[in-house]
Amino acid sequence: MSNRSQTLRPLGSWLEHHLPKVVLAPSFIAVLVFVYGFIGWTAWVSLTRSKLLPKYEIHGTIQYERLFAAPRWDVAMNNLFIFGGLFIVISMILGLILAILLDQNIRTEGAIRTIYLYPMALSMIVTGTAWKWILNPGLGIEATVRGWGFETFSFNWLVDPDMAIYTIVIAAIWQSSGFVMALFLAGLRSVDTEIIRAAQVDGIPTWRVYTAIIIPSMAPIFLSAFIVLSHLAVKSFDLVIALTGGGPGFASDLPATYMYAMAFSRGDIGQAASSAMVMMGVVFTIVVPYLYSELRAKND
Amino acid sequence: MTKSVFAAVSAVALCAASVAVAEPKAEVLHWWTSGGEAKSVAVLQQEFSDAGGTWTDMPVAGGGGDAAMSALRARVLAGNAPTAVQLKGPAIQEWYEEGVLADISKVAEAEGWADVLPASIAAHMKCEGTWCAAPVNVHRVDWIWANADVLEANGIEMPQTWEEFNAAAEKLQAAGIIPLAHGGQAWQDATVFEAVALGILGPDGFRKAFVDLDEATLTSPEMIAVFDQMRKMRGFVDPNFPGRDWNLATAMVMNGEAAFQIMGDWAKGEFLAAGKVPGDDFLCASVPGDGFLYNVDSFAMFDVDGDDSVAGQELLAKLVVGQSFQKVFNLNKGSIPARTDVALDDFDSCAHLSSKEMAESSDNGSLLPSYAHGMALRGAQSGAITDVVTSHFNSDMSSQEAVEQLAAAIANSL
Repeated sequence: MSNRSQTLRPLGSWLEHHLPKVVLAPSFIAVLVFVYGFIGWTAWVSLTRSKLLPKYEIHGTIQYERLFAAPRWDVAMNNLFIFGGLFIVISMILGLILAILLDQNIRTEGAIRTIYLYPMALSMIVTGTAWKWILNPGLGIEATVRGWGFETFSFNWLVDPDMAIYTIVIAAIWQSSGFVMALFLAGLRSVDTEIIRAAQVDGIPTWRVYTAIIIPSMAPIFLSAFIVLSHLAVKSFDLVIALTGGGPGFASDLPATYMYAMAFSRGDIGQAASSAMVMMGVVFTIVVPYLYSELRAKND
Repeated sequence: MTKSVFAAVSAVALCAASVAVAEPKAEVLHWWTSGGEAKSVAVLQQEFSDAGGTWTDMPVAGGGGDAAMSALRARVLAGNAPTAVQLKGPAIQEWYEEGVLADISKVAEAEGWADVLPASIAAHMKCEGTWCAAPVNVHRVDWIWANADVLEANGIEMPQTWEEFNAAAEKLQAAGIIPLAHGGQAWQDATVFEAVALGILGPDGFRKAFVDLDEATLTSPEMIAVFDQMRKMRGFVDPNFPGRDWNLATAMVMNGEAAFQIMGDWAKGEFLAAGKVPGDDFLCASVPGDGFLYNVDSFAMFDVDGDDSVAGQELLAKLVVGQSFQKVFNLNKGSIPARTDVALDDFDSCAHLSSKEMAESSDNGSLLPSYAHGMALRGAQSGAITDVVTSHFNSDMSSQEAVEQLAAAIANSL
């Protein structure tokens, strides 16, 4: 008996020391293999001439040369910057305005908040399909307004190759600005009320309170919203597929739809891998400075 | 007691094993999941089990076969390929080069496939001289469908040249009818493009451009003329065409909203399903110009282990090319049999026309693979061409610029 408790005690203290590691190990290994392992695998494949099935013989940067020579990839990257820029900026502005308006101690705040947040609960496929009908010139807004007697009214962005990407911006903003609103609302509520009261006692107008005190103190929330929205933008796929299918032609292609076409429709895995690596590069240029600033803030 | 249980179990196991050896089995991966297509596959399934086989159905719907191809890739990488897979065109040779296809020459020679299949279609079924796939049907791609009443009301005949087509289209436009029903999806743009290209380049030019990828032909003045005609076609389409599905475009022809549609003979299935009569309610004709563009569905046979699977594969290959299946399947699907010796009594007039012109063009060498439907080129090359075609069709790109981009895109895709 005493012998057993002697062997148990070191085991117990070992467990006490190592329990967190033991518990975290499976998810750590899963992340190591399924995230970093496969990033490494994709990087490798992007250097090969893989077609239908992955091959592992390195052929240098041929896939990247092909990628940057492809006009369709140019269109996809330009669209990413148009879409990403407008989507992030407008979602944040709209979200902030909605949050400030909701912050005025209005009676039905709970209900209104739910209504604005609701689009986030829809899948992108549903959003895309609904907006496809709304924006279709023969069925949606254009047909309705013409039906009211404004025969010359035209709103055909969905079928105009130069404007199609903006329809995706509209649908994406509709989907996400409620979520940004919720983020900002939480931020507004977390600002120290003492400071606001002090400002009010000093007779500072409300708009000055917002621009000079509340919004500057919400900087971390802006950063979080930016990070969340920008990775949503880079990996956007389902919305494009449902709304425009990448068309007209490939005018509203995004990098993710380009990668899908190469990997699954055209049997060109090497090309798809190289486009995936470039997409990851874009995400890194956004996320790495953020992580860096976070880590530095912690060390200070 | 234990001994007798053991004996019983091993007896059962032995029985099971002997049954398995005797019984051909096949696992078939395909994406024929919609109404008429599913019915067509059920026919094959029935014949297979009537011949004593066990059929494991593996339908993977979605993405025009993309989903099925992903499933296939996973199965092959896992070393567990299905017995037969719905594959077509150069994709068969692409998989052969991965070293995963079986040799079914034994069946093909015993059944005399070489004698009953048109030579250019038979060539698709061979991998470096051995048979590795079985053809199911022949879809003709270069059809032009028309609403008979609309043409009659406007005094228009089925066009024999592209000039006639343009004249007819302008007349229809003046009468307030959409001349060409079209859906703005890349593959549909490509379908119209290759029909125009066949008419203007002629069969030899088409072969040089889209089978041999000859740069001189791709950048020739004739190719510029093809893009010029595509620009005209763009003017004959209604403004709401982007993203429209092909069957909705067919419906526009059916209800008289539009006059013509250029589409493969799967469109016939839509007309027939709506109770329309060929020659009476709707007309079918080959697009202006010579030649015949085919889209042949086939089953590629993958390397499988085990006598029962090999037996199943051979039985399946035999049935697929057999007279009765070729007839019943194609009646359901709207295509024509790949073998030329099937009696066509039950088929409609469009199928008769298709069969007659297939035989003629097979004789004079103008029986050509469809590039838009993945019969002529591998995915990367045909995709590169389609990118240029759809980009030209949907923008104000000049024909000269399109031809230059075409040559560059093909060079980049190799």
